[in-house]
Amino acid sequence: MNLWFTEHHTPHVRFSIQVDRQIYSAQSEFQRIDIFESEEFGRFLTLDGYMMLTEKDEFIYHEMMVHVPMCVHKDVRDVLVIGGGDGGTVRELLRYGKIRRIDLVEIDALVVEACGKYLPQTAAGLRDPRVSIHYEDGLKFVRHAHDAYDLILVDSTDPFGPGEGLFTKEFYGNCCKALREDGIMVNQHESPFYAADAEAMQRAHKRIALSFPICRVYQAHIPTYPSGHWLFGFASKRYAPVLGVDWARWKALKIPTRYYNTKLHAGAFALPTYVEEMLRHVEG
Amino acid sequence: MERIDCHTQERAPILEALEEFKSRRIVPFDVPGHKRGRGNAELAGFLGDACLSVDVNSMKMLDNLCHPVSVIREAEALAAEAFGAAHAFFMVGGTTSSVQAMILTAAKRGETIILPRNVHRSVINAMILSGAVPVYVNPQTDERLGISLGMRFEDVERAILSHPDAKAVFVNNPTYYGICSNLRAITDLAHAHGMMLLADEAHGTHFYFHDDLPEAAMHAGADMASISMHKSGGSLTQSSMLLIGPNVHAGYVHQIINLTQTTSASYLLLVSLDISRRNLAIRGREMVGNVIRLVAYARDEINAIGDYYAYGRELIDGDAVCDFDVTKLSVYTRSVGLAGIEVYDLLRDEYDIQTEFGDIANLLAYVSVGDRPKDIERLVAALSEIRRNYRKDSSKMLRAEYIDPEVVAAPQEAFYAEKESLPIEETAGRVCSEFVMCYPPGIPILAPGERITDEILAYVRYAKKKGCQMTGPEDMSLRRLNVMK
Repeated sequence: MNLWFTEHHTPHVRFSIQVDRQIYSAQSEFQRIDIFESEEFGRFLTLDGYMMLTEKDEFIYHEMMVHVPMCVHKDVRDVLVIGGGDGGTVRELLRYGKIRRIDLVEIDALVVEACGKYLPQTAAGLRDPRVSIHYEDGLKFVRHAHDAYDLILVDSTDPFGPGEGLFTKEFYGNCCKALREDGIMVNQHESPFYAADAEAMQRAHKRIALSFPICRVYQAHIPTYPSGHWLFGFASKRYAPVLGVDWARWKALKIPTRYYNTKLHAGAFALPTYVEEMLRHVEG
Repeated sequence: MERIDCHTQERAPILEALEEFKSRRIVPFDVPGHKRGRGNAELAGFLGDACLSVDVNSMKMLDNLCHPVSVIREAEALAAEAFGAAHAFFMVGGTTSSVQAMILTAAKRGETIILPRNVHRSVINAMILSGAVPVYVNPQTDERLGISLGMRFEDVERAILSHPDAKAVFVNNPTYYGICSNLRAITDLAHAHGMMLLADEAHGTHFYFHDDLPEAAMHAGADMASISMHKSGGSLTQSSMLLIGPNVHAGYVHQIINLTQTTSASYLLLVSLDISRRNLAIRGREMVGNVIRLVAYARDEINAIGDYYAYGRELIDGDAVCDFDVTKLSVYTRSVGLAGIEVYDLLRDEYDIQTEFGDIANLLAYVSVGDRPKDIERLVAALSEIRRNYRKDSSKMLRAEYIDPEVVAAPQEAFYAEKESLPIEETAGRVCSEFVMCYPPGIPILAPGERITDEILAYVRYAKKKGCQMTGPEDMSLRRLNVMK
């Protein structure tokens, strides 16, 4: 059968995956949710037609979002995850015994329900007793939190649609306020490659830099995201992302990973020259 | 009220006529010269072909706003029915043109109109055109918020008794901030003294469609009301409506409107009025209800941030604040140590949020049918961040006081009088011959014919320093003022 999922990465570039069958489709109050089965990538989740994750490459995104800050910060107890209703980020967090509380704030209950049913690979951990799921606007939730978290992970969709409020200066400022004095925020930071993504990336970096004293960017290779070259933001009140990190401490935890390792962690902050220039351009 | 049979509110005569016009594929040898956009590809590309294909001139099948006999007349009759008016006029020169028509209808040269000081500049501009003389009623001022309120009944009564020959009483229903006077009582009082009641409902279109809002002017028995359909009604910018009651001669009002109205009324504006009227008539209650709920949520959340004061119905005192429009999200910011205009600037420059206006002590966010809950979240979150990052000691801030004007000459006389230009610091004691406005909200600090005082000059300096946009004078930098010789 010649059935394909296609996403426009730019108006002139398309990315397609052959689909075996559609498993789920629904329109929630916020967005259209689809889950497909494919030969190459296994099951994959799309929101409003944009690729969110595939079973084959989601480990890269989720490991890089979680283990980088967890290696830097020695004593993470309370974590806030904004977005991430698929559960992948929470799955990685649950590998740490020291974490006592994970608040997951997902605006769309239907995403959690659909992933719970059809994407157990990522969603299984959402039922863990340490996890509380809050179905509300991320911006609203973080506004009410004060000095309450060691780590905030912004596992958002793109800066348009339901996630647009999570790319604003008021959101980053409120995250800073919600973090403890040595807290870290890591966010999905778009891509430097195609012009529209790069612009969003620069805007996000500029706004984060206004709220946090330490503001760095690191990269990963994610095959199903536009250009495959994806960035994460590392914003922190005290800890630098590489210098002074106790690598041995993390290694001793013996956390199983497939993408992340401490050498890669250090290397991920070494960015291509054109990306460095883009970032410097907005740092002012 | 004109009866037009079997026309229900589901109809939209101008829209239907334009659809019919499009399907006829008429060859245009008339204006506009862009000929459905073909002659201006750039403009058509930017606005869209659909838009330019109906940017057309008056013709038989589309009627003529200057002399409506068919579809515009029908659309106006439907609007009159929807708003409970005897007649409705579609206006294409903004609500300014509606206000002008009210003033020019009510009073000739030398005749008097009783009005509150916090009128929109268009009211006094209309008096320059007509030669009417203003008698100002001191609107009460809320000491804490520094905003003008409504007129107290007894103050209006005193003005009527001391100017028994006045032709009309003019009322803001509501003010920019959502404050309403006792419109019904003032209307009855004006009528008892043979005066017309004119209502500026630029900010009150939605009053006609929800029971939990202040009473609308036509329902209260007013003679004329100007409503900004493009504000809460959802039509295109610059479209407006003038409503009149049964005791006003529609033909005369029409003549007055035609004195200054364009003879090439835009069908984009007209059809937007027609469609918006239909929407309001059919879904108005639901639409306005949503706005009321959104604003109630925002008000509670903003008040929970601390220091800010988003005010509501608790201001009601039965007189100067007879009622309050709960769809207005007005926020007192001085308690955060910031002028409203400073918060307004921060929201725009730092948070990409454009609000309606900021004055010295207050911020007004305009919430309407087009707003989404997530946008409200952004506004609230940004206000919370502004408090966290920019909060200052509020004790050093000057209070905004109401300054009672001394009217020395009628606006028209002062505006056209022999005048001289002086450095602003040297003008105390002279009679101003032009406007000085703090904009927005466009309420005059000085109007033509008024005495300049030291107190007024101090206020002008302060508002300038706080970043309010000062407009009106010939010298746009406001270093000099024109005064009567």
